[in-house]
Amino acid sequence: MRTRKNRQRLLQLAAITATGALVLSGCGSSSADTANGKVLTIATHDSWAMSKSVMAEFKAETGITVRIAKNGDVGELTNKLVLTKGDPIADGVFGIDNTFATRAIDEGVLARYTPLIAPASLRQFELTGNGQSYLTPIDYGDVCINLDDTWFAKHKIAEPKTLDDLVDPKYKGLMVTPAATTSSPGLAFLLATIGHYGPTGWKAYWEKLLDNGVKIDAGWTDAYEVDFTAGGGHGDRPIVLSYSSSPPFTVPKGGTKPTTSALLGTCFRQIEYAGVLKGAKNPQAMQKFISFMINKQFQAALPDNMYVYPADTSVALPADWSTWAPVSPDPISVSPADITKNRTQWLDEWRDLTTR
Amino acid sequence: MGGRWIDRLGTAAVAAVPLLVLIAFFLYPVGGMVARGFWPGGSFHPGGVWDVLERSRVHRVLWFTVWTAGLATALAVVLGVPVAFVLHRLSFPGQGLLRTLIVVPFVMPTVVAGVAFRELIAASGPLGGLHLDGTPTAIVAALVFFNVSVVVRTVGSFWEGLDRRTEEAAAALGASPLRVFGTITLPALLPSIASAASVVFLFCSTSFGIVLTLGGLRYANVETEIYQLTTQELDLQGAAALSVLQIVVITGLLVLSHRARRGSPALSRQARPGRRPRWRDTAVIAWSFLVVAMLMTPLATLVEESLRSPDGWTLANYRALQTTGSDDALLVTASSALRNSFVIAVQAAGIALVLGVIVSYLVSRRPRTGAARRLTGLFDGVFMLPLGVSAVTLGFGFLITLDRPPLDLRTSELLIPIAQAMVALPLVVRTVAPVLTSIDPRQREAAASLGAGPLRVLAVVDLPHAWRAVLASIGFAFAVSLGEFGATSFLARDDSPTLPVVIYDLIGHPGAANFGMAMAGSVVLAAATGAAMLMVDRFRVASVGAF
Repeated sequence: MRTRKNRQRLLQLAAITATGALVLSGCGSSSADTANGKVLTIATHDSWAMSKSVMAEFKAETGITVRIAKNGDVGELTNKLVLTKGDPIADGVFGIDNTFATRAIDEGVLARYTPLIAPASLRQFELTGNGQSYLTPIDYGDVCINLDDTWFAKHKIAEPKTLDDLVDPKYKGLMVTPAATTSSPGLAFLLATIGHYGPTGWKAYWEKLLDNGVKIDAGWTDAYEVDFTAGGGHGDRPIVLSYSSSPPFTVPKGGTKPTTSALLGTCFRQIEYAGVLKGAKNPQAMQKFISFMINKQFQAALPDNMYVYPADTSVALPADWSTWAPVSPDPISVSPADITKNRTQWLDEWRDLTTR
Repeated sequence: MGGRWIDRLGTAAVAAVPLLVLIAFFLYPVGGMVARGFWPGGSFHPGGVWDVLERSRVHRVLWFTVWTAGLATALAVVLGVPVAFVLHRLSFPGQGLLRTLIVVPFVMPTVVAGVAFRELIAASGPLGGLHLDGTPTAIVAALVFFNVSVVVRTVGSFWEGLDRRTEEAAAALGASPLRVFGTITLPALLPSIASAASVVFLFCSTSFGIVLTLGGLRYANVETEIYQLTTQELDLQGAAALSVLQIVVITGLLVLSHRARRGSPALSRQARPGRRPRWRDTAVIAWSFLVVAMLMTPLATLVEESLRSPDGWTLANYRALQTTGSDDALLVTASSALRNSFVIAVQAAGIALVLGVIVSYLVSRRPRTGAARRLTGLFDGVFMLPLGVSAVTLGFGFLITLDRPPLDLRTSELLIPIAQAMVALPLVVRTVAPVLTSIDPRQREAAASLGAGPLRVLAVVDLPHAWRAVLASIGFAFAVSLGEFGATSFLARDDSPTLPVVIYDLIGHPGAANFGMAMAGSVVLAAATGAAMLMVDRFRVASVGAF
């Protein structure tokens, strides 16, 4: 009698734990809200930042709550969307740039949407061909070589001006850049050299760069914050790959002038887009948000929050930006279709060169 | 005879719970991701996967993985074994603190440790003169930094329980201390050293954050290569090939570690207190202090950086944790991220505890038949797998498999605690199972024959022995999940990030203030995990952090 009871207890114990696990796995989803159109989920990259007041404005206008889902860097973000095609992880995407845009479009990740009313200046940033009906340009930024002016003044060395100068033995061991294979500004710099030296000439240039002691880090953070002389870690290399918008952040406390500058002849332009995902639960809400992103208020908040320039060029820039962060008058470009076609090959070749 | 069947059914039902969770949240997602590589475009093409293994780059990656992990393992053993002696066989004031300090690196988020290491060895850093930056030496050093504690805890807990009479007899017969060590102690310790070494090798060969930050792109191991292939190149065949290879190698290592453990006597529950240090221990004690100092140097760099601003020494970085950083770098304040981390870590520790205790209970039973023993061994091993499988594969697997009922969990708040619990589960099992195994089964039989039911046997026999280990494992799981970064960072993150994720966000934003704030956040995180480990150590459970 006794033993039978024990076995029952054991079975009870099993049943209780099983129920517990089921309860654990069952709760926590919020599909009801999504169905009502009240919650909008936007997949974006890790650099997303927007002030609370601007986001509150959208909620006040539309009654929609925005949930931001950060998904790694641009490459990771795009590839996650490709892998979850058909049952997307969000309603819309912000942050796919011109280096990954055609992959997202070719893979059929996006639904067509073009806002009816848009600032005129957006046109110059639009993708060509059928891409423009999928993605709306929101902002852009120039990836350029930055210099620590203070360092060059102190060491009485003339500053480099062009990509060619960087392979001058005078600047041996002075430059650091993030890797093209692990960092999106790193990829932009590789594309700048491909755009400038052509699809065959770039390799010879990189060989010279490597001979001149260029240091290659995994990410922008490592390059700028640890190895750059003007970064947080006070490194030992005064030439770094960063953005044309980086210099204003090096204005010393009490100073009026940044201690660094960007070389505007070395820039590759990254344009960031927003779009509605195919199969989204709440596509209308994303359409509303895209219209919100191209209005003056959101556009004006872009520089201070995400360090990028608004695609609506009629929007005024912050004071120190208009003085210390001009964009390149003539950025180097490579067409998005070329990038998608050759990316893997270029990266393989680049990796072979740099890991030899 | 029918009774035995009901008994087995009961055991199977209890075993089914953790097994189902493991299948749903580990095997199924990983399998789903690997399947994408084997079925490109929907049709089965395994040839593409095998072709990957012939790429010369893959060979280079494999060789780099093997030699860095092998060297790091050897160094961790050489550094760790003397420390194990000092911290587990001697007894002196301050020993408890040293034991805690040594585990802190193990639970540190890799992203924080990566930056701390780079600060230290960058040309402008305190160790800049050694020119280690960007070299494989730096990677090996960091791997050692993370894993010395595994050797110390594993070998130490075993050493504590080792029968000392043989050593004493040899010494009495005139053998020199070195000879005693060489002929008696070392052979006896070998199983625990082999077990620790295989686990350290496993951790080293699957290390992600360290190789990515310190290796730049010049050096890649299997784990960072999977990351590259998946996130940047969308080469799922390549990723699948390496994932499968990783699983095969790890299974081999786990079998090895399991064999090594099986050959060793059960953990002694009442470890004898260590003896006072003598003069001839000076060398090993000095060695141990040197090792602890080496482990603390990167942490000291963090503290120093956190107290610095462009204008001099300051506490401003710590005050800034109440904010969202300069230029609103974050979506939420760092202090609320710390709160999130706590909540998630508590949930993760809870899940890992429930599942871990069930698994420990089952694997600690000693089945009579060989088949049942093998089954138990398999059951044990399968729960160790999460230690060694790519976090990238798991993270992406979650996204592509957990998207339909009943497992529609991609947007669930429980996803991160569950993922962290999968990481902490093996550690709970390795803490609790040895203690349960050490209980003489005759005690349970006696209680049962006196009429106690299974629950009552648990309460009167197992619990009094195991409660310390259970509490300690909660703390350990809590500390590990507090610092967990790999798996967490691959899951879609919303507006309630954890502190390690926030630190990663902060160092990705320009501005000295954000960098300083990231350093302050790292110190807070290290202190929180350190405090958790200090509490764990109060329970004096030798198996914590041991394998």
